[in-house]
Amino acid sequence: MSPAAQLSAGSAPAAGRSRQVRKAPAKQLLGVAGILGFLATWELIPRLGLVDERYLPPASEVIAALVRDFGLTAFWASVGETMKAWFLGLVIAVALAVLLGFIIGSSSFLRKATNSTIEFLRPIPSVALIPLAVLLFGVKIESSLLLIVYASFWQVLIQVLYGVADVDMVANNTARTYGLGTLARIRYVVFPTALPYLMTGVRLAGTVALVLAITAELVIGSPGLGREIALAQSGGAISGMYALVLATGLIGVLINMLMRFIEKKALSWHSSVRSEVIV
Amino acid sequence: MKTLKTFGYVLALPVLLVLAWWVSTLGTVNFFVPTPAMLVRKFGEVWFSERFFSDVLPSIGRLLVGVVAAILIGVVGGVLIGSVKWLRALLEPTLEFFRAIPPPVLVPVLMLLLGITDTMKVVVIISGCVWPVLLNTIEGVRAVDPVLSDSSHTYGIDGWARVRYLVLPSASPQIMAGVRQSLSLGLILMVISEMFASSSGLGFTIVQFQRSFAIPEMWSGIVVLGLLGVAMSFIFQWAERNILRWYHGQKEVENAA
Repeated sequence: MSPAAQLSAGSAPAAGRSRQVRKAPAKQLLGVAGILGFLATWELIPRLGLVDERYLPPASEVIAALVRDFGLTAFWASVGETMKAWFLGLVIAVALAVLLGFIIGSSSFLRKATNSTIEFLRPIPSVALIPLAVLLFGVKIESSLLLIVYASFWQVLIQVLYGVADVDMVANNTARTYGLGTLARIRYVVFPTALPYLMTGVRLAGTVALVLAITAELVIGSPGLGREIALAQSGGAISGMYALVLATGLIGVLINMLMRFIEKKALSWHSSVRSEVIV
Repeated sequence: MKTLKTFGYVLALPVLLVLAWWVSTLGTVNFFVPTPAMLVRKFGEVWFSERFFSDVLPSIGRLLVGVVAAILIGVVGGVLIGSVKWLRALLEPTLEFFRAIPPPVLVPVLMLLLGITDTMKVVVIISGCVWPVLLNTIEGVRAVDPVLSDSSHTYGIDGWARVRYLVLPSASPQIMAGVRQSLSLGLILMVISEMFASSSGLGFTIVQFQRSFAIPEMWSGIVVLGLLGVAMSFIFQWAERNILRWYHGQKEVENAA
């Protein structure tokens, strides 16, 4: 939201709020209508024969297959494998990126010296490492982890570097004058400044990590939802495959929600979040 | 002196890393890690041949077509959805769901619907890249400064002129952020679509090398993908600097004030 919009929303609270209350359910209803409309279109396309039913089963069949999946232990086992790779990869990437980010970011010499290397390594697509992962680890979780960590690491590192560079010099010098040591300054001055950037990086990395986890399973064949999709496709279980695709979408939505929730909690003290709560 | 110093900062670490690589492979024969000299030789042998025309160029072509189409669809659709309030409310949850689906799972789906063709690969790239551009454009169009919007209304600027001179410029920082995400996604999808189901292209060739244990050749393929990623990022940064020059200038003024 632009500052001007925020201002106008804040200056007329009474009128704005009563209107909002009436509008909110209408908006949600429209959203639900949109989803239902999409499902209806999906149902009709194969039923009317626009696309062969063998290749695109109607929505009702796919949803039935998804509901059936929810009752199967095998389904939850693959979800578990995918989430395990996602979580481990994300944690490793964030830990490495935060550590290196703070070390590099707090020295202008290191920042200048590493800049070219980081700018060169960052755009390398992590899928380029797939053959290497296969050679080194085969179809194990380490293959997925290599890809996930590589892809998410840069997202977080760049944000942490921006965040550390954003430290207010006056605040930092004040802390120095009051005799705060290096560690105390990192904890009380640098860390709070960098936290919003870090959380943005973690949120982006969370999405990227899921994409790479599924990719590794799909292409390499390490255990998880991606491999199940590839197997369902080659085995001709078409509605099963579509059901799994829907499941990955649901996981994606859940991860987005989880990340936004964590971001909000971690930054509850920060003005960007606080003003959102007030408005 | 100053340029020399910047030069040193840019080159020092890469040179050190290559030296470390060279020293660590000196005199040993590691099956997995080729020596720098060997990699350079293989790189020339493998990629400066007819392979460049049969595998590299078609891959890049598909990538370009896919990304450009995705950007066009995303911007046009985004301006449309973003300017009509009820349309936005109607479609936003569905679009958010589509964005949340990890794009690589579309490869098997589209393979089924379109067969293993060039069209399939381009459609995979489009269907993965369109979401960041589309949703960012919607967001950017929605956040057009209301004062500017009302002013242009008062001056009777409507229709195409309004889109051209008000909506697109004020949404362009958001759009560019979406395009940046799309570019890296596009490269990933290009490689995956070729690795998963293909008989030509960069991704296929690299997997082929790995399966036949041609390790230095495989590494040279990884280097090609890396160079492609770096080149795309440079082109994007150059384009962004030109398109958003006014925006960065405005930011600087605001920050200085």
